[in-house]
Amino acid sequence: MIQINHITKTYNKGIVRALSDISLNVERGELFGLIGPDGAGKTSLFRILTTLLLPDSGTATVAGFDCVKDYKKIRESVGYMPGKFSLYQDLTVEENLSFFATIFGTTIKENYELIKDIYIQIEPFKNRRTGQLSGGMKQKLALCCALIHKPEVLFLDEPTTGVDAVSRKEFWEMLKRLKDQGITIMVSTPYMDEASLCDRIALIQSGTILSIDTPEGITKAYGEILFGIKSSKMYQLLQDLRNSPGIASSYAFGEYLHITFKSNTNKISEELMTHLQSLGHTNLDLKEIEPTIEDCFIKLMTNTSSLQTKPI
Amino acid sequence: MSAPVIYTNKLTKRFGDFVAAKELSFEVPAGEIFGFLGANGAGKTTAMRMLCGLWVPSSGEATVAGFDIYHEREKIKRNIGYMSQKFSLYEDLTVFENIKFYAGIYGLTNAQIKEKSQALLHQLDLEKESGHLVSSLPLGWRQKLSFSVAVIHEPRIVFLDEPTGGVDPVTRRQFWDLIYDAANKGITVFVTTHYMDEAEYCDRISIMVDGVIEALDSPSNLKTKYGVDSMDEVFRQLARSAKRSE
Repeated sequence: MIQINHITKTYNKGIVRALSDISLNVERGELFGLIGPDGAGKTSLFRILTTLLLPDSGTATVAGFDCVKDYKKIRESVGYMPGKFSLYQDLTVEENLSFFATIFGTTIKENYELIKDIYIQIEPFKNRRTGQLSGGMKQKLALCCALIHKPEVLFLDEPTTGVDAVSRKEFWEMLKRLKDQGITIMVSTPYMDEASLCDRIALIQSGTILSIDTPEGITKAYGEILFGIKSSKMYQLLQDLRNSPGIASSYAFGEYLHITFKSNTNKISEELMTHLQSLGHTNLDLKEIEPTIEDCFIKLMTNTSSLQTKPI
Repeated sequence: MSAPVIYTNKLTKRFGDFVAAKELSFEVPAGEIFGFLGANGAGKTTAMRMLCGLWVPSSGEATVAGFDIYHEREKIKRNIGYMSQKFSLYEDLTVFENIKFYAGIYGLTNAQIKEKSQALLHQLDLEKESGHLVSSLPLGWRQKLSFSVAVIHEPRIVFLDEPTGGVDPVTRRQFWDLIYDAANKGITVFVTTHYMDEAEYCDRISIMVDGVIEALDSPSNLKTKYGVDSMDEVFRQLARSAKRSE
């Protein structure tokens, strides 16, 4: 449904490289996630696919149409919800929806079934000006406006950024229902924990794709034994682990630190525990754990030296 | 025990009939990392604006860094640090110019500015980039620089409003190193975040629901209290009971 072949995009006369040789395919009916931090190139890719930006090189097709030559056709067949709220703030909820329907030569009535679940939640406020809506309601209206012409492909650029954990969950449930209705969805997010809700994901950093696979495929490919460790003094523990010779990596992950050893033997983990006890750590707990997408992202990111951030 | 850096007693902010923040009563001791959580629209921003001396409360009392929230708001502004994800540095000024600007705003003398900026550039390993525009720095460095200028005047407390939103996972963790470092130096850290793993790094967490502080305790006590394994679940249990949205 979406085919991207060797897309490169630079800004500022080639000084800023937003996308470097990106290639990926999204199947019909797939919920595909583009996972990466700010500045990774997610928005540039969306803008190219929605025909708002020209790539420097490479080609892409959406719903069978070329992103450069067939831009008018693409605009008819895709829905796009940009990261920045882009509806008319001084129109009412209903006016905005009706405006987008008219632009695409349809009516609210004709495609009401598709947006019903979502629109019903904001319908009580249909005569309110859009600028007066809460963030959550704006987001729902923007999604309705992107859907009102029954697009084949839906592009959602960071729909959950800055949204609290509960509302984020609700939003993903809405996406699941849209996918069940056969719409192909490409969604970007900086939240790694949302990756598991996608059929397949691409991890993207600094304009480069680190990996493309199912969430399970990515975590399976981690390739090392990962441990969680905690003690009563967590920050001290992190610093002590950084100075421990047998440790390959150590990162804070909420309640536990996630660590890998340079070599995995029982002896090494026992030695570590003894060492940490001698440094005054109490309530130590070490256990083998399954890697998360974020563990994989960190590993892929730090393995690619050109992507490394400067240490403090 | 020294006096708390934040003290509030029934702190309330109303807009007409709407009670954005209702009878907030809590204390934050020096050097604590205090996580301030809540769903969108729960009243976090309102509470933070009052504590930063930007908005006058409707009722209740509070002191921040020892200054009264009604009558000494200018003193509060001078004695706190503030950083948000949205607004932090001037992108069309250089690294050094930004440091100089913030240090000047916070009332440092020229001699202090010179000394501080050199130390800071060295600490952040940005000596070579001193004359570069901030817009040319990767986001992660900007965040670190942004935090460092927010505490350049060695305030007793720094307010961080979603400081790590959209930042890559490695930089996000490096940023928390800075937070711990500041807390170890005795700076109180008041931080909001949507990342629940970061809630675990706080000494204590408050969770606002519909304008009220619904829970306030250490992460481990909260998990025990609500009978769950993660802060994510604590947050969901509480936020789900919310009636209002933004």
